[in-house]
Amino acid sequence: MKENTNTKTIWKVIGASSMGTLIEWYDFFIFGSLSIVISTKFFPADNPTAAFLSTLATFAAGFVVRPFGALFFGRLGDLIGRKYTFMVTLLLMGGATFLIGCIPSYESIGFVAPLLVLILRLLQGLALGGEYGGAATYVAEHAPEGQRGYWTSWIQTTATFGLFISLVVILVTKYVLTEQQFDAWGWRVPFILSIFMVYVSYLIRKNMSESPEFAKAKEEGTTSKNPLKESFGNRYNLKFVLLALFGAAMGQGVVWYTGQFYSMSYMKTVMHLNSDEADMILGTALLIGTPFFILFGWLSDKVGRKWIMLLGMLFALCTYRPIYKAMYQLADTSTKEISSSEIKKLNHNQQLTIKQFTDGTQMQETSELTNTKETIIKKNITVHGQNRIWLTALIFIQIIYITMVYGPIAAFLVEMFPVKIRYTSMSLPYHVGNGIFGGLLPAISTYLTTNAQVAQDPEFYLAGLWYPIIIAAVCFIIGSLYIKNKPNHLNNG
Amino acid sequence: MDNLKKVLGILWIALALFTAYFCLFELAIPKIKIGHQEDLVFGIIIMFILTPIISIGLGLFGYYSLCGEYAKDKT
Repeated sequence: MKENTNTKTIWKVIGASSMGTLIEWYDFFIFGSLSIVISTKFFPADNPTAAFLSTLATFAAGFVVRPFGALFFGRLGDLIGRKYTFMVTLLLMGGATFLIGCIPSYESIGFVAPLLVLILRLLQGLALGGEYGGAATYVAEHAPEGQRGYWTSWIQTTATFGLFISLVVILVTKYVLTEQQFDAWGWRVPFILSIFMVYVSYLIRKNMSESPEFAKAKEEGTTSKNPLKESFGNRYNLKFVLLALFGAAMGQGVVWYTGQFYSMSYMKTVMHLNSDEADMILGTALLIGTPFFILFGWLSDKVGRKWIMLLGMLFALCTYRPIYKAMYQLADTSTKEISSSEIKKLNHNQQLTIKQFTDGTQMQETSELTNTKETIIKKNITVHGQNRIWLTALIFIQIIYITMVYGPIAAFLVEMFPVKIRYTSMSLPYHVGNGIFGGLLPAISTYLTTNAQVAQDPEFYLAGLWYPIIIAAVCFIIGSLYIKNKPNHLNNG
Repeated sequence: MDNLKKVLGILWIALALFTAYFCLFELAIPKIKIGHQEDLVFGIIIMFILTPIISIGLGLFGYYSLCGEYAKDKT
């Protein structure tokens, strides 16, 4: 009976926490997914100041602000409690997202518009920085001994589901509305919709009780008076924060971003795959791969967290180059046999070339003709049949690596720190690892690829992978030598 | 294993210094010199966010490792 009640309670806890965290990730990702339409509404490219604010909104809020949110809300969570803090982050995120959907465009109110978007995007980053640690800690502190990996792995699925749902909501909105309606006001719908989801989540969370571990510490008067000082000013705790960052979170961040985001940008910009097709392939792989978060979280309760996460990194760093080479070759039309070709004149100096290949691949190439040369300005490739299945499988393998490194990490981080400074201490390495090491990956990898292309490296398309490979390799070495495959009890010291 | 961790401490400190050099002179400064606003923001973030985290963080981790803070009896 007691077991049943406990299971019921934990499912309620999981439901309330996961729902809120999922909505926070959804809120965070719709900005990225709608970045093109947002830039036309708020950040006109011909205006340098607006363009600068746009870059800041993309870079700064995406990852730089998240560790500050982790510190601010982590401290609050260790002082006043987990429940109230992650209620605040939820409302902050929901409010900011809703307001982004309400801001008049640059045409209506000028510079105030991009400035408001930037401020709200910063608030989103701060809220996300505070949310994850709270949800993971809250669930872990409710979970029965020896099952923490399994229960916290539900929280780990929310980031992937958040991305998936953001793509679905945008696709449905686009499907229901005409192109003109979507461009005029329809893009605001996914933002405004967020407030309803947040409200439902708020109602669910409101009725939840405080985490039993924290409530007990509060009752006994053993909570921290100054969590920041105790986390980072105390040598004993600081060394664990550093170990969590360099031995686990850093590698997890780059593996996560490579599989979920670099793969998407690689398909679209390096392989020139059709944008909708790339989204569909990634979406399918994400959907099939998501249950593996639970599997590896559960497995980490049985065999320990350390080697599951580290093996995920090892597989990633050993196979990224062959995987991306195979992906590139699937859409490399220079090695394929043409079955038909057609050229259409678009205007006096532009033409569209449509080529069909024997394996079903189709390429549309828009080029500009001058007196001396032909410059390709747009290339769009569509793959079919077996090639599409292979491509989905190659992305799916990367999603499996993500589930290996990400599934057990919440439980791993939670167990590393004592209850009185847990929220603060686990949030910072997670958001530095995921937000900064991972968040910078697309920009650094693109930079490395461009440099290799300029240097005429024949394998330029693989150059961007050196960043995740080196980071994952360093993290693997540190993790395997310094981290203990501890038994799964909470560090309550 | 404890002795190996101490020796590796030197490697992490050296890696921190090398990474700081690489981040500054191979990534951040060339980007800032290009002058485009997007590159400028990227360069500033590398210079003031990523480089300090790697160089100070990894350097400190190496120092603790060298001092034996990660020895079996201390963790």
